[in-house]
Amino acid sequence: MRDVAIIATAQSRHVRAAAATNEVELIQPVIQEATERSGVGRHDFDFTCSGSSDYLAGQPFSFVMTLDAVAAWPPISESHVEMDGAWALYEAWVKIQTGQADTALVYSYGKSSPGDLPRVLSRMLDPYYEAPMWPTSVDVAALQADMAIRAGVTSEKAMAEVAHRSRTAAASNPHAQLTSSPEPAELLEDDYLAQPLRRHDCAPITDGGVAVVLAAGDRARELCDRPAWIRGIDHRTDGHHLNLRDLTSSPSTAIAAEKAGVAAGPVQVAELHACFTHQEPILRAALGLGEDVTVNPSGGPLAANPMMAAGLIRLAEVANRIHSGEVDRGVAHATGGHALQHNLVAVLEGEG
Amino acid sequence: MSERVAVVGIGQTKYTAVRGDVSLPGLVREAVFRALEDAQMTLAEIDAIVIGKAPDFFEGIMVPEHSLVEALGAVGKPVFRVHTAGSVGGSTAIVAASMVEAGIHERVLTIGWQMQSCSEAMWALSVTMPFQQQLVAGAGGYFAPYIRQYMARSKAPDDTGVLVALKDRQNALKNPYAHLHEHDITYESVKESLMLWDPIRYSETCPSSDGAIAMVLTNERGGDAAAADGRPPAWVHGTAFRSEPAMAAGRDQVSPQAGKDCAAAVYRQAGITNPREQVDVVEMYVPFSWYEPMWLENLGFAEEGKGWQLTHDGVTAMDGDLPVNCSGGVLSSNPIGASGMIRFGEAALQVRGMAGEHQIDGARTAVGHAYGGAAQFFAMWVVGADKP
Repeated sequence: MRDVAIIATAQSRHVRAAAATNEVELIQPVIQEATERSGVGRHDFDFTCSGSSDYLAGQPFSFVMTLDAVAAWPPISESHVEMDGAWALYEAWVKIQTGQADTALVYSYGKSSPGDLPRVLSRMLDPYYEAPMWPTSVDVAALQADMAIRAGVTSEKAMAEVAHRSRTAAASNPHAQLTSSPEPAELLEDDYLAQPLRRHDCAPITDGGVAVVLAAGDRARELCDRPAWIRGIDHRTDGHHLNLRDLTSSPSTAIAAEKAGVAAGPVQVAELHACFTHQEPILRAALGLGEDVTVNPSGGPLAANPMMAAGLIRLAEVANRIHSGEVDRGVAHATGGHALQHNLVAVLEGEG
Repeated sequence: MSERVAVVGIGQTKYTAVRGDVSLPGLVREAVFRALEDAQMTLAEIDAIVIGKAPDFFEGIMVPEHSLVEALGAVGKPVFRVHTAGSVGGSTAIVAASMVEAGIHERVLTIGWQMQSCSEAMWALSVTMPFQQQLVAGAGGYFAPYIRQYMARSKAPDDTGVLVALKDRQNALKNPYAHLHEHDITYESVKESLMLWDPIRYSETCPSSDGAIAMVLTNERGGDAAAADGRPPAWVHGTAFRSEPAMAAGRDQVSPQAGKDCAAAVYRQAGITNPREQVDVVEMYVPFSWYEPMWLENLGFAEEGKGWQLTHDGVTAMDGDLPVNCSGGVLSSNPIGASGMIRFGEAALQVRGMAGEHQIDGARTAVGHAYGGAAQFFAMWVVGADKP
């Protein structure tokens, strides 16, 4: 495999509603910032790949318009996934592995505010047996949380502590949407949103985007003082039908973690795409992370959750910590589908 | 890194207006199991799955591949979803090929599908968005003015489109999977059909189809093994995609630069310097008849303004020296998300010598082509009977 690194990242200031700012206006400054930081000329990327969702945009082929946010004239080698941007990064990594590209621009964005997000996400369910009942994303997550609590994976108190820790950590994240939290005991006095989930257990609804630049080998070393090398990356899916899955564990994350080589060295930091508090311990277990691993120092999705971008943001957050020299090795996780169905795991390392 | 890629299995469903007898997973599995049978493989031997389709609004299911996982035997495997406008079937095959080429996976199953009977695609494409140019009446309404511009520039005879439609629909009679089998079609019947978006007549436009195609891609070892077993593979000689914005100053929508660049890139990889001479058969994305002469020029098979002459001279007919769309093309079957991959798959069938009644004898090198959006997204591959 070729050595490939994240050499630059940028994020929007994530907000509850970007209002009249459309997707192009939302992502264009982010792409520009990442491009400038990377030192790659805006017309010099060998490959460009993005991730977004038509169902969020309320428009078929919505990514067509967003192409206006990149320098696609003269024409570029470009592709798009209907998945979180972490998978757009995966496609770009594959492209670089073929030898057809040395640099790549990856971006993703989501503007969830115009619709009723939990109801929109119910459309992801199997159309014959599950979707007709319109269970929202929160309803499905509550089923998972309930099973996790019954299985002893977590507790409502532990979940409140995850929420408190994440949002308090986000105080130092300039991109975060939620940056403070009442104490766990106070959170537990709240009413249920969908038992056993309370509002604090759920990621907020967020508009935002992220851009990341990849470069291979010497090109990465030339452009970046301390590239965040992708030492391993893999993605796997679990089944879809809720009654056929053990929702208290994440087998696909465990396979991806093994393939990506998470256990091959010490993990100093992990950014996990856990949109609900109970999913953090499920993912910790699947990734084999010990108690000493710092999880979601950015605040994670509980502090800002732009759909289709929140997974790629996890990679960007780990990369930022490697770029700054704060850590030498970290793990990033991204997810898609309901209740952690589809999972991507990447191991990032500094040189040395 | 840089493994050779071989197509060793291709499976298609019968394309039709309404496949009311199968569920979505049932439709997809039909193509998948035919491809696996052709490849002499089982689902268990597949390392990864790459799926493409056109907008999720067409079926009213958001990211439907999530609920196909069990039906595809994909639990515990990587499933990847590509979405790149009308070119998606081609892009999807290219992404799948790149996973083999990069040495990441050995056997990749790639699928393109659409069940258009779940909705009305023309109106699903025509939603009104604030501050955006309206498509008004689907793709035909969008492309008609560019076709008129082509007619004005090239001075092509008015009936060029009629000849293309007649040829493709007659070719479709030789393809059991084609949606339209119009046994009574004539030059007059095409010409007298209803004018929908001047100059595009009803018989010069693609149908709306349900259907799926699947292909099994593997590395050199897998390709050699298939060949040794008497099942000829199609070897991938080049892949490329190119994109340009919907609106840009200086953009030519009649012969887009992205299409020219895509062709140049894929020919360079395949060592093709004279496409008209070196390519034996072409499957190009022609959803409206006039796009045959337009793409013949854009892809370098004819000089600018001269593409229509190839059509009129019979060069693009099955017995011509550059047969185009022997399968009947998009004009005869159009499950949108699959249509690009059908072009890629039909090109591969030709060089494998497995295209049945619409086989071109001795085809060694074939081009598969797809486009999408406002004629701004292009995906192409070159496949050959010989190892690159």
